[in-house]
Amino acid sequence: MGGDQEKSIIEKFLEENVLFLGPDPEIMEDHRVVPTTPREAEALKSFADPDQINLVRHKLQTACNESFDMVEQMGAAPGAKWGDLISGVWTANGDLALASMGGVLIFSVLTQHPVKFILKYWKDDPTVGLKDGDIFMHNDARYGNIHNTDQSLLLPVFHNGELICFTGAIVHEGENGAIEPGGMPSAAESPFDEGLKMSPIKVGENYEFKRDIMTFLQNSVREPKLQLEGMKSKFFAAMRMKARVEDAIAEYGVEAVIATLRKTLTDTEIEVRRRLSTWPDGKVRTNVFADGTLRENCLIRIRLELEKKNDELIIDFRGSSPEFLNRPNNTVLASLKGMLAQEFLSFVWPDLPRNQAVFAPMTVLTDKRSTLNCSPDAPNAQSMMTFFPGFTAIQIGVPKFIYSASEKHCTDIIAGWYNMIVTFIYGGVNQYGELVGNVCADLNGMGGAARSNRDGEHSIAPIFAPMADIGEQELIEEEVPLLKVVPHKLMRDAEGFGKFRGGHGYQQIATMKDSSMWGFMCCSIGSKFPTTYGIFGGYAPGTLPLCKVKGVNVFEVMRDKRELLRYSIEEIMNERPFPGATYSTHHMGLQLEFAKPGELYMITQGGGGGYGDVLERDPTLVAKDLLDGLLSMRSVQNVYHVVLDEKTGAVDHEATQKARDAEREMRKHRGKPYKEFVKSWETPEPPRDVPFYGSWKDKSLLYRGSPDDTCPADAIVPVMMPNPKDVRIAELEAELAAIKGRS
Amino acid sequence: MSDKRIAITEYLEIDLGTERWHCRRCNHDIGPARSPYKEGLLVHDRDPREIHRPILDDSYPYTYAPDPKWCRIIEFYCPDCGTLIENEYLPPGHPLTNDIELDIDKLKERQARIEGKANAAG
Repeated sequence: MGGDQEKSIIEKFLEENVLFLGPDPEIMEDHRVVPTTPREAEALKSFADPDQINLVRHKLQTACNESFDMVEQMGAAPGAKWGDLISGVWTANGDLALASMGGVLIFSVLTQHPVKFILKYWKDDPTVGLKDGDIFMHNDARYGNIHNTDQSLLLPVFHNGELICFTGAIVHEGENGAIEPGGMPSAAESPFDEGLKMSPIKVGENYEFKRDIMTFLQNSVREPKLQLEGMKSKFFAAMRMKARVEDAIAEYGVEAVIATLRKTLTDTEIEVRRRLSTWPDGKVRTNVFADGTLRENCLIRIRLELEKKNDELIIDFRGSSPEFLNRPNNTVLASLKGMLAQEFLSFVWPDLPRNQAVFAPMTVLTDKRSTLNCSPDAPNAQSMMTFFPGFTAIQIGVPKFIYSASEKHCTDIIAGWYNMIVTFIYGGVNQYGELVGNVCADLNGMGGAARSNRDGEHSIAPIFAPMADIGEQELIEEEVPLLKVVPHKLMRDAEGFGKFRGGHGYQQIATMKDSSMWGFMCCSIGSKFPTTYGIFGGYAPGTLPLCKVKGVNVFEVMRDKRELLRYSIEEIMNERPFPGATYSTHHMGLQLEFAKPGELYMITQGGGGGYGDVLERDPTLVAKDLLDGLLSMRSVQNVYHVVLDEKTGAVDHEATQKARDAEREMRKHRGKPYKEFVKSWETPEPPRDVPFYGSWKDKSLLYRGSPDDTCPADAIVPVMMPNPKDVRIAELEAELAAIKGRS
Repeated sequence: MSDKRIAITEYLEIDLGTERWHCRRCNHDIGPARSPYKEGLLVHDRDPREIHRPILDDSYPYTYAPDPKWCRIIEFYCPDCGTLIENEYLPPGHPLTNDIELDIDKLKERQARIEGKANAAG
């Protein structure tokens, strides 16, 4: 036997005997659209009239929106009810060609991966196969997802035996059997703490779920009824969309559907490239600092260099923090790309079709095993803690290109939207005696950013979904024993100041009642360092803590001592009205903590970044914000330098002009020339008393929490963090030893 | 102002003829367009609590104000009119960011194309 023949036999043997079909890098690293196939080219030849294609496209787009509405109406998960989902149509090659207009558009650029896995590995596998009536699902982000609290459902659509496309939906279902209830465990220290890990799997045949698999899935989570209901609602929505595809085939022919899906992708990419070519060529750089892992505070650098060259955009995150091997704040590269695509789908070109071709002209560069491109060994349930800052890095960079674009295809020049999910996750026994775990929809109440021509809206929408809802508190209270004891209200000064200010977020004062076991969790960063920023001189919003009042039963206070009640976090925490209670503040990474009835857990949704110099803000708008309770007099005077009557809001324009002129002179007085400033400011390495992760000056050298601990960016040594309780015990032991030493 | 002036941000423009950065509020000549505009501005390291006031009393470890040991606001002012042209939120001592580095030659080519089209139309 010749050497070549022997080699070929060995290769064939290895190919046929893969021991584990894990996430396939070939699929997972490629976000581009599959080139036009001969079958698609044939369809495009016979169905080429743009007007006809437009009709078919609108029919399919309407089907996506219809099935989205179906899931929203039928779904039981809070995420489904309030719009944290999409539904779509994938081509026979697995590319997402059309998706619902609303919902979580991150999915638009990362749901093709599981479909491509099915096509590559299951279609021709005799033990799995792909045929009419099959139902597939997945949830593991390592095969293409945001995080594994989201579950997909996919149906292949055949016509006369030919695979035409896939229909389906993907929804934030919540509970998934992880180490903490609710589906987004910040306590996860390995992928195996994160609950269900469905690789793409066939869960049904002949349009029926397989009862044994359904039972297995239900048996793996805390809310088995929710698991069933979620699968059913996605299935019927996918079936409706399949029926609409079949309608289109009946009306226009099968060539029309194949041609339309293909042309939608091709045209989208061509148009994105055309729009990119109107931006100036060059580089824009931004830095964002995530201030924690949800278990502890530390500074995690997200370093971005954007390079626009002709009709392409290179998004270079090299030099960012190493991955954290025992923290869930890492992101899979594909999930990061999905979030970056949001910038273009929701903010820059919201008129384009929602599909993955929007991101095709972009290239993303990262260091392998960085926190933005983590290995399969690292947990990723809280990937938002790094890919949201990654999104902000691009969002505050893009305006520096599009301000001087030769065509204004963008909607607005916009500052940094608030980017964290300040909401409660909960778990425990509800008032009906059932074990539940999920997330409140307050995560959708992010404050909008300022624009070049107007203020940001208050608590308007999350960065990941332009059309979503925060839900109805009364409906939530019917299902779970979580109560908001004060109506949502805004907090003074919690905005990004600027010529145009960012919108505010709202305060949430929550407690529990009528449960034998109820716990709260929170999962946001930004308690020491703001997470989003302003642009062109506009400021960031401030930082946000978790506030707690323990050792009080607010229901007893309501009944017996109403005069002690206070209705804002500021008043409750500063006035400490409840005798004997404990008042404390923390970062917003709270692992499951059981509460007693009437104890208070308080968080504040963040505000958007500001736009432009505060001294250019119209003084009458400052006065209006003061009267609306958005600003304190301190900020009116010290930030905006406006002179007005505190009671009436009447502005003294002459005095304001003088105050602002004086501040401009002060700036010139206190500002140092650049070179002189750099000499006194810049240090060769990170501060010793701040745990810093990522590059400092040289992007090829990464710090791992100390100036003495580094690794090369091309050979990252993953970070293992100590247990915060061990750290605290060590601190207390040191204090004890010092006290004993003194005595 | 020359029609070769391209607005790059709310407060900055580039004169493609002279290849200089200018302040859009006072026309101050900031510096060469092929160099970082920040090098021609005044810079100040600001305690973030001056802007973001602590909303809770300082007995608490977290107060709604950024931690000044972790976060500083670096402000960049026009030396002539004092406009706050840009700012950065950085850890203490972190190198400043050269945030805009445009390809001036390509920008000139683009401008020539736009002017060519306008002339042809006119």
